[in-house]
Amino acid sequence: MSAASTAEPAFVAKTKTGRFTDFVDARVGGSGILREFGRKVFPDHWSFMFGEVALYSFVILLLSGTFLTFFFDPSMAETHYDGSYVPLKGVEMSVAYNSSLDISFDVRGGLFMRQVHHWAALLFVASIAVHMLRVFFTGAFRKPREMNWVVGGVLLILAMAAGFTGYSLPDDLLSGNGLRIIDGVIKSIPIVGTYISFFLFGGEFPGTAIIGRLYMLHILLVPALILLMIVLHLFMVVVHKHTQYPGPGRNDNNVVGYPLGPVYAAKAGGFFFIVFGVLALMAGFFTINPIWNYGPYDPSPVSAGTQPDWYIGFVDGALRLMPGTLGDWQVEQVWFGYVFSFNVLLPALVPAGILFTVMFMYPWIERWITKDDREHHVLDRPRNAPTRTAIGMAGFVWYCVMWAAAGSDLIATHFGVSLNDVTYWLRTLFIIGPIIAFIVTKRVALALQRKDREIALHGRETGRIVRLPHGEFIEVHAPLDEYKRYRLVGFESPEVLPAVPNEHGVVTRKEKRRAFLSRWFFEDRVAPATPAELEAAHGHGHAAVEAPEEAKSLSH
Amino acid sequence: MKALSQKRRHPLAAIALLLMGLLITGGLYAVATTVNEAKASTSTFSANDVEEGGKLFAANCATCHGMGGSGSQDGPSLVGVGAASVDFQVGTGRMPMQMNGPQALEKPVQFNDQQTHQLAAYVASLGAGPAIPEQSLLEGGDAAAGGELFRTNCAMCHNAAAAGGALTRGKFAPALADTSGKHIYEAMVTGPQNMPVFSDSNITPEGKRDIITFLKQIETNGSPGGAELGSLGPVAEGLFVWIAGLGVIIAFTIWLTSRTS
Amino acid sequence: MGNHSDGSPNHSGTVATAGQNEVEKFQDPGLPPHRLRLADTDPKAAKRAERQVALLFGISVVGTLIFLVAYFAIDLGPGESTIGNIRLQNMLLGLGTAFAMLGIGTGIVHWAKALMPDHEVSEERHAIRYEEDRQAAVRIVDDIVEETGIKRRPLIRNTLLGAVALAPLPAVAIFGDLGPRPDNKLAHTMWAPTDGRLKRLARDPDGTPIKASDVTIGSAFHVIPEGLNELVEGKLNEKAKAVVLLMRLDPDSLNPSAGREDWGYNGIVAYSKICTHVGCPVALYEQQTHHLLCPCHQSTFDLTQECKVIFGPASRPLPQLPIAVDDEGYLVATSDFKEPVGPSYWERDMHERSINS
Repeated sequence: MSAASTAEPAFVAKTKTGRFTDFVDARVGGSGILREFGRKVFPDHWSFMFGEVALYSFVILLLSGTFLTFFFDPSMAETHYDGSYVPLKGVEMSVAYNSSLDISFDVRGGLFMRQVHHWAALLFVASIAVHMLRVFFTGAFRKPREMNWVVGGVLLILAMAAGFTGYSLPDDLLSGNGLRIIDGVIKSIPIVGTYISFFLFGGEFPGTAIIGRLYMLHILLVPALILLMIVLHLFMVVVHKHTQYPGPGRNDNNVVGYPLGPVYAAKAGGFFFIVFGVLALMAGFFTINPIWNYGPYDPSPVSAGTQPDWYIGFVDGALRLMPGTLGDWQVEQVWFGYVFSFNVLLPALVPAGILFTVMFMYPWIERWITKDDREHHVLDRPRNAPTRTAIGMAGFVWYCVMWAAAGSDLIATHFGVSLNDVTYWLRTLFIIGPIIAFIVTKRVALALQRKDREIALHGRETGRIVRLPHGEFIEVHAPLDEYKRYRLVGFESPEVLPAVPNEHGVVTRKEKRRAFLSRWFFEDRVAPATPAELEAAHGHGHAAVEAPEEAKSLSH
Repeated sequence: MKALSQKRRHPLAAIALLLMGLLITGGLYAVATTVNEAKASTSTFSANDVEEGGKLFAANCATCHGMGGSGSQDGPSLVGVGAASVDFQVGTGRMPMQMNGPQALEKPVQFNDQQTHQLAAYVASLGAGPAIPEQSLLEGGDAAAGGELFRTNCAMCHNAAAAGGALTRGKFAPALADTSGKHIYEAMVTGPQNMPVFSDSNITPEGKRDIITFLKQIETNGSPGGAELGSLGPVAEGLFVWIAGLGVIIAFTIWLTSRTS
Repeated sequence: MGNHSDGSPNHSGTVATAGQNEVEKFQDPGLPPHRLRLADTDPKAAKRAERQVALLFGISVVGTLIFLVAYFAIDLGPGESTIGNIRLQNMLLGLGTAFAMLGIGTGIVHWAKALMPDHEVSEERHAIRYEEDRQAAVRIVDDIVEETGIKRRPLIRNTLLGAVALAPLPAVAIFGDLGPRPDNKLAHTMWAPTDGRLKRLARDPDGTPIKASDVTIGSAFHVIPEGLNELVEGKLNEKAKAVVLLMRLDPDSLNPSAGREDWGYNGIVAYSKICTHVGCPVALYEQQTHHLLCPCHQSTFDLTQECKVIFGPASRPLPQLPIAVDDEGYLVATSDFKEPVGPSYWERDMHERSINS
């Protein structure tokens, strides 16, 4: 500041606030930051808000979680319950479960905070999932955002880890049986499984160490990693600027939207309170994880309808779908005197492995097939990338089949069908569901593209039937204004890229594979309408057209 | 004491002792095995009840269960199932069965209380079996002890919050919320359909009373956290957060990003 | 609709518009003209929006008050923590927080939407990386590498790499005490007779021993070994392996294999309750079908075929506990399980062979 004051008279703030602000600014350089970010433009679309929902859920998780740590005691020592909940009075239980009950029944607002925390956790993972679906289906993972897509995927895994470690903490019967399943899955790992199990539980299951260890992971390690990943994620969002949907005035060289200050900051800031308010409503009126129903963990009892929280459900469902015996042949095999539990290993690792591997690699797969090295800041409408959309839907349906399988017993009781039949059906869908989803989605996307062409070229159907003098009935079509039309025609439709020889004049096998995939991707395509086609369409003799829409929309 | 020890040396003492031992073990065994039947007295049933019940039985039940309740290929023998079984099956509408299926379903009750009573009287007269429990066995137990018994013996089928659950091949364990204490007790002692029998030697009558007390208490308590979403656990919670939670939030995001007119 | 061949596919959805890049495309018409809001033109509407925003902020204040009243007016603790009280307080805290938060949130958003300028702005994107920067960075890195001399002094580089590669090993090794070695702990349970005394079967959870005569046909007992409840340490660990389901059925419907004929008693059989899949308690017994069902993953075991798997993801039958009756009429286990119970693990088969040798 003193350096600047030699050239021009030093700025002297007049008000108290002004002096304070100036003091801080002169020491941290806030003016520069504000100048950079104060009017930064953010595009506005409802589907862009899910990342924010996840971020805000995380903030609410930190707030409510901190409150809970003041009362929770992760000890597995034995005690006898002496709190207010009569149906558990005098029951032997762990200190962890006891303190969870105290939070629920004897700490004012404790139950509310527990329910806010748990609902926020479910919403956290759900909003990450929807956010990723949005990013996938709109092609927002393309250059330059591939790495941020990976960071997002890591965040999803971390969110699931945070959720699972937290789910187990109250040491109730439900989560205890969940841990038991985890223990069983770990033991099935070849060579090191038994050791990992003993190291995790500090000896035999359930031991007296696991809750304390999960607690440390849940409140320290996993949230710290999540925080780190969020910082990375947002840093890259700032570097890349936000993507935008295609439309008039929007292209890969600009970003159209509202400036951060004041509109976008107000909307985004206000939205935090809205998310908090919705979670508070859910926590106030809807029970979640009623641990008092389940009772303390004891290896003998189990409750019907023992399921994990929704985000682990697909793994549990895969475990349920896998047959353990085929006729008299056991899927579990003993080779060289050692046990290979394929009936546990395969469903626990393979579907999740495939889903996450394909998810992480997808940006590079598509990049390789299309040879597209350009930056993409304008999103694809899902219908305009039919094969990608179909791949995404196939994966989504596959996930949903496994997810549904985790509730097979509830499907059976609530729809009055046989539990076994539900499993048989879901096993079938596990195989053919993704294939059907792929074909149907691709056809639907192509059909929607054709509909877009139709509307772009011939206008919107008005529902007005007119009889021409020579007796023919026609429906009057209203042409679109140029802005609306551009929405329907302003997209790229990549074509098949045939195999090309490399610098040695050889078409490599890898290049042939790429060309094959390129054909599979882009063989079926609907090209955007062109001005020439529009010209031709108008020549078709739609004499009776309504007044152009421009006239209406420009009347202000 | 002295007199007794002297007599013990009497040659007949060994035989007497043997006899006494046999009598006591046999007696205890008899008590143990007939512990259920002990209350199966037909004293509350009049001869008229039995007679009327016999007529009702012949008209409504004998098609499947055979004349005299001896059973047929369509229905099991009812000799020795006891009044409790009839009171449960008929009193909850499971019997008479509408059609053969994986299990008899609860339906609107077909017989009035008096007719059910008469049917029970008739079937109880065919052979001793568990009796209809007295009111004192249905309330005033220890809910916490009942909770422990419930979780160990019942929750795996009926769910920890008694919301019901699936069994194999279309069978299921029903939710217990609207079931009367009497019917719960009767189900435990008779083991209807695929439910195992929990005789008094397995769960004592006091234990059964504790279980019923526990169930009634959690039913009247409701959840302190608000609506229970069917007490179905994480599946219901997951569906709720996806449909209602995200639904409301999406509605807000659409409002938030739409232009004001 | 008229006839138009242009948009319709020739076959299988393919549209033959080859060389699309050469085809002239529609020009971007640019941003649509700005449309004014009611509040931009009508001062009354603006005033109304202003009042609405203030009202929403007012609702938030009411919400905060509801929260505070609910917190202080309803006390919890001994005697006060009735379910009704907790439910009411939880509901009011939720309602209060929801009003407080939604009031602020919707108020701010409404303010932004109705009163703040809603002109969409277009901002130029900048390159994420400039070639000039890249070249400068390369020069800097080259200089740094040169100054360290790491390329010229491979000895330093290689020893450093070696040291760095090895340095994390202690960080891995130090976790060695997280748990004990498994050894063969998983192969044994509490059912093994101690000092030649056979363990009685006892009721779970109260631990009273069970007589054969107690087990009537069709009943199912949840069983723990006698003495489990008296354990001071590792009670749950032992229980996690030792729990057993005891059932009695018509002896004729049991089909014991050779060598197992005397493992039951008069139709009374005992099987491990721990699923061979991933370890949930297989506790659902259907007394008419004689099926055992695991509620976690629906593995189904047939009691009449020595608990063979007939459905679901488990591969192995449930281990059977050999039982007999002692001279007082109580059920006892004649030995430990003849195989490790619970889910499979790498060394399981080895352990099973050592038990039976």
